[in-house]
Amino acid sequence: MSAPEKTRVATASLAGCFGCHMSLLDIDEHLFELVEKVEFDRSPLTDIKHCGACEIGLIEGGVCNAENIHVLREFRQHCKILVAVGACAINGGLPAQRNYFKLDDCLRQVYQYRIGMTDAGIPDDPELPLLLERVHPIHEIVRVDYFLPGCPPSGEAIWSFLSDLLAGRTPRLPYSLMHFD
Amino acid sequence: MPDIERVVHAAAARYEHDATQLLQILIAVQDELGYLSPPALTAIATTLNIPRSRVQGVAGFYSFLYTEPVGRYRILFADNITDRMLGAPLLLDELCRKLWLERGKLSEDGLVSIDTTSCTGLCDQGPALLVNGRVVTRVDHRRINRIAELVRRQVPVEDWPAEFFHIDDNICRRDALLGTPFKPGSALIAAMRLGRNDWLQEMHKSKLRGRGGAGFTTAVKWTGCRDAPGQQKVIVCNAYEGEPGTFKDRVLLNSFADHVFEGMTLASWATGAQLGLVYLRGEYRYLWPALHEVLERRRAAGLLGKAILGTPGFDFDIQFHLGAGSYVCGEETALLESLEGKRGTPRIRPPFPVVRGYLGRPTVVNNVETLAKTCLIALQGGSAFAATGTRQSTGTKLLSVSGDCAAPGIYEYPFGVSIAKVLDDCGASDTQAVQVGGASGMMMATYEFHRSIACEDVPSAGAFMVFDSSRDPFEIAHNFVDFFVHESCGFCTPCRLGTTLLKGYMDKIARGYGAKVDLADIDWVNRLLKNASHCGLGTTAPNPVVDTLVKFRPAYERRMQSLDFEPAFDLDAELETARRLTGRADPAAYLNGNNEARP
Amino acid sequence: MNREFMLDGLPVAFTEGQTILQAARAAGRYIPSLCWHPDFPPHGSCKLCIVKANGRHVSACALPAREGMEVESDTPEINGERRALLQMLFVEGNHFCPSCEKSGNCQLQAQAYELEMTSARFDYLFPVRPVDASHPDILLDFNRCIFCELCVRASRDVDGKHIFALTERGIHKHLVVNAESGRLSDTDFAADDLAAHICPVGVILHKRVGFQRPIGQRDYDHEPISQVAMEESS
Ligand SMILES: Cc1cc2nc3c(=O)[nH]c(=O)nc-3n(C[C@H](O)[C@H](O)[C@H](O)COP(=O)(O)O)c2cc1C
Ligand code: SF4
Ligand code: SF4
Ligand code: SF4
Ligand code: FES
Repeated sequence: MSAPEKTRVATASLAGCFGCHMSLLDIDEHLFELVEKVEFDRSPLTDIKHCGACEIGLIEGGVCNAENIHVLREFRQHCKILVAVGACAINGGLPAQRNYFKLDDCLRQVYQYRIGMTDAGIPDDPELPLLLERVHPIHEIVRVDYFLPGCPPSGEAIWSFLSDLLAGRTPRLPYSLMHFD
Repeated sequence: MPDIERVVHAAAARYEHDATQLLQILIAVQDELGYLSPPALTAIATTLNIPRSRVQGVAGFYSFLYTEPVGRYRILFADNITDRMLGAPLLLDELCRKLWLERGKLSEDGLVSIDTTSCTGLCDQGPALLVNGRVVTRVDHRRINRIAELVRRQVPVEDWPAEFFHIDDNICRRDALLGTPFKPGSALIAAMRLGRNDWLQEMHKSKLRGRGGAGFTTAVKWTGCRDAPGQQKVIVCNAYEGEPGTFKDRVLLNSFADHVFEGMTLASWATGAQLGLVYLRGEYRYLWPALHEVLERRRAAGLLGKAILGTPGFDFDIQFHLGAGSYVCGEETALLESLEGKRGTPRIRPPFPVVRGYLGRPTVVNNVETLAKTCLIALQGGSAFAATGTRQSTGTKLLSVSGDCAAPGIYEYPFGVSIAKVLDDCGASDTQAVQVGGASGMMMATYEFHRSIACEDVPSAGAFMVFDSSRDPFEIAHNFVDFFVHESCGFCTPCRLGTTLLKGYMDKIARGYGAKVDLADIDWVNRLLKNASHCGLGTTAPNPVVDTLVKFRPAYERRMQSLDFEPAFDLDAELETARRLTGRADPAAYLNGNNEARP
Repeated sequence: MNREFMLDGLPVAFTEGQTILQAARAAGRYIPSLCWHPDFPPHGSCKLCIVKANGRHVSACALPAREGMEVESDTPEINGERRALLQMLFVEGNHFCPSCEKSGNCQLQAQAYELEMTSARFDYLFPVRPVDASHPDILLDFNRCIFCELCVRASRDVDGKHIFALTERGIHKHLVVNAESGRLSDTDFAADDLAAHICPVGVILHKRVGFQRPIGQRDYDHEPISQVAMEESS
C-alpha cells in the first residue's frame, strides 16, 4: 500500500506582517502532525515560486498593490479552497488605515515632503509593485471560501481550523478561539 | 452679524418661541438667510432655549435645509424615473454647461448650485425642477436656455416668466369625487344632522379604507381615537405625497381643498378633536397661499373655528406645517415627530397614533384623498358609498398616471379597475411594465395586466407609471434604489446599510462589473430589508429589485461580467494615481491586458 | 396573574407591559441586543433583537409580550439574519479591533463572536470620520459608532446635558456634540457623566486607562455575551 496522498497547501503573505505565518509555526507539536498530512506548495516556507494545483490556499494580509493582486488571483485560480487568515486579509487591518487619505497625499508626504528627506522623489523602479488607491480585504478582490479571524489567529485556532478542513468538516471555531485581536 | 439675531428673533416670535415649531422656524430663518450657518443654529437654540445639539440634529435631517452655503439660485432637478425618461439628465448637464459649473457644487461666485431631488409630484408635466423651492414644469431645451439667461442676469425668481410656474390639474377621468359638484359645508351639515355617533356609524357602513397606502379602515381609526383616553385630540391630514409617481393629492389640494378641509372637520365631528394639522410637503409650498384663502373663507362661513355652524362645543381649526424634503415624513409616526419639530424618525409602534400621537395626544392621521372621500359618505350615506368599488375596497381611487402614455394625468376609477383598462384609457401602447403604487409598490408585467387595482389585489397609493418596451427595467429599479438610499432616515441598521449595500450592487452591475454571485447577495440584502426594517420604507425598499429580478431577470443577466465573482471596482484604475506619481508605463504598471487568467 | 408566551418552545412568564426581551431576560433567557439598555425605554434601532413572533419578524426589545405568542429566537434563520446585521455594522464603520481599546469589552465584537461572524462579507465603506481628542479626559473615536443613541439618551435624560445628538440622515447620519465648534472640550461633558460610561462599543473612551485590563481578564474573553449579560442582570 502506498502512503495516503498528502493535501497540498499553499500560503502567501500579502500586505501583512508575517504574524499569521509565525502563528502557523506556533502550533508546536502539531507541526509534525501537519507535515504528515500536508505538503506545502508555494509558500514562504518553501522555495516554490508559483502556485500549482492545491486543495487549500491560506492568505495572510490585505491587498495593497499590483503584485498582491497577481498573487491573489494565482491562488484563487489554483486553490480549491481559499482562506483569508487574520485581520488584514479579512478587513485590511493596519495597512488599510491609509484608506482615510488619498494615495497621492500619502506618497507625497512620505517621499517628498517628509522632514529631513534627502533625495526626495517617489520611487519609480519597475521592480517595485505599484500601490492601489486603497487597501482592500481579499474578499473584495476574489471569492473567498473561509475566514479565520485573529490578529494573528492563535496557533491553536489555526490548528483547530486546519484539522477541521483536513478532516472534511466545515471549520467552526470554538468560542475560546474566536478573536478579532 | 446682527442680521442673524434679528432674523432668528423674528422667526421665533412668529411661532411664539414654541420649540415644537422648530422645523417651521428653521425654514423661516433659511428663507431669510439663505442657509443655516453654525452661528444661526446657535442663535436659534439660544432664542428657543433648547440645546444646540438638537437644533443641529434637526437641521441636518431635512434635505431642503442647508447647513453649508448654497447658491443664491438653488436649482434641483426632479430625479424620478419619469423625469429621467423625459430627458432630465441631459437637461441638467446642459444647464451645468451653460452656467459653467459642476453638478452638486456651488459655483465659484456663489451664485448658483445645481443638483437633483426626489420626485416632485409633477410627473404628468415633467421634467420638473425646483428653483429656490418653486416648481418649474415642462423643462425643455428652450426653458434651459432661458433659465441660464435669467440666472446670469440675476433676475429674482419672483420675476421669472409666470408660465414657467404654471401647473395643470390634468384631470382625465372623473367619477364620484371629481365629477360631482360640491357645496362647501353641505357634507358637514349632513353629518351634523346625523349626530356624532350615527355619523361614525355611516363611516363604518362605508367601509372606506385609507388611500395613503396601507389601506386601513378609516372608521376603525376614528373610533379608536374617539375612544382613546385623553383630551385635545388631533386630526392630521397627511399631505406629504412623497411616493414617486404620485400626484393626486396635489390636484385635490389645488382644486378640491374644500373637500379635504371638510373631511378633516368631519373627522373632528366623529372623534371630538379640536386641532387639525396639515403636513404639506415642501415641494407643494406654492399651494400654501391659496389653501390659506380657502381656510379663511371657511372660517368666515362658520365652517371652522369656535361653535362650527352655530353648534356650541363643536370647535375645530386647522393649522399648516411645511415639510422640508424627506419622504419618510409621509410615514405617519415620522410625520408626527416632524410635526413636533424633531428629526423625522419613525416611532416604535405600538402605541399607535390613535392612542398616543401628536404630543402624546390621541391622533388620527389620514391621507388627503381619504379625507376628501368622507364628504361623499356624508352626502350619499355609507351604504351607497359601499355599493361602489369592490367588496373589500369600496369607492373610487384616484390614479396618478405618468410615463409612456398619450395622456398622463389624474384618472378616477371605482376600485377594481383592471390595469389593462387604465392603460387603454391613457393611450399607452407597446407597454412592457407598469409600476403600480410608486417606488415601494409592485412592478407588473404584461401577463398581469388583467389584475385589478384594489387593496385585495394590486394595492396602490395612487401611482401608475407606464413603461413601454424601449425602457430598461434594470434602470427603473436602479432609479428607485437610489431614491430609497437618499430617503432612508438611517435610524435602523437593516435599512441604513441595506439600501446602501443594495445601491452598491446595482451601481456595480450598471458599471459592468456584475457577477452572478451578486444576485445572491442582493437576495440576501433584500431579505434583511424586508424582514428586519423598522418602518415601511425599509420593508418596501427592495420591492423594485425583487420584482424586476423575478419578472425581468435578463435585464440583469445581460449586464453580467462573469458567472463567478468580480470586484466592485476597476482594479487597474486604482493604480492610476501611483502610475501618475511615478511616471511609470512599463507592463507591470498595468493589471489588465497582460493575459492574466481571471479567477 | 402571570401570563405566558412560548420562546423557542419553552414557556416564559410575563407581566402586562413587559416586552418580549424584558420578560425573556427576567426568566433567565437571553435574546441578543445592542441598543437596548435595562435602564432606558426601548429604542429599536439595531434590530439585533429581531425574533419571529407568530411567524412575523418583530423587535423583541420593543414589542410587548402577549399571551400565547409563539416566539422563535435562537434559530439558524434568525441568527443568520442577526449575523448579517452585525456584518452591516462592521462594514459601516472602521472596526480594527487589534488597535481598539474596547476590544475584549466591546458588545459589538462580543455579539460577533457569539454569532460566529468570521468576516464582514460585504464590501467595506471605509468612511472618513475624524476623532475628537479635545477633551482632557475623554476621547471620541467616531469610527466605531453604531448609532444606538445610548449616549444621546443618557446625556439628555439622565445627565440633563444634551451633549450628543445625531444629525444628517441615512448612511450620512453621524454624531455631533453640543457646541458650535463641534469640539467636545467646548461642552460641559464630564468623565463621570453617565453618557461617558454607556457606549457599548469603542467610541467614548476614557483617556489614560486604555488597554488596562490584560487579555484574558476582559469581559468577554472567556464567556459569551449571552452569559455575561445574564450574570450582570441576576
Ligand atoms: C415610507 C412611507 C411613506 C409614506 N408616505 C405617505 C404619504 O406621502 N402620504 C400618505 O397619505 N401616506 C403615506 N404613508 C402612509 C402613512 O403612514 C399612513 O398609513 C397614512 O397616512 C394613513 O392615512 P390613510 O389611512 O388615510 O391612508 C407612508 C408610509 C410609509 C411607510
Ligand atoms: S426602515 Fe429606513 S426609513 Fe424606516 S426607520 Fe429604518 S432607516 Fe428609517
Ligand atoms: S468598537 Fe468593538 S468591534 Fe469596533 S473596533 Fe472596537 S472592539 Fe472592535
Ligand atoms: S457613541 Fe456609542 S453610545 Fe453613542 S450612539 Fe455611538 S455607539 Fe451608541
Ligand atoms: S435591541 Fe432591539 S432593536 Fe436594538
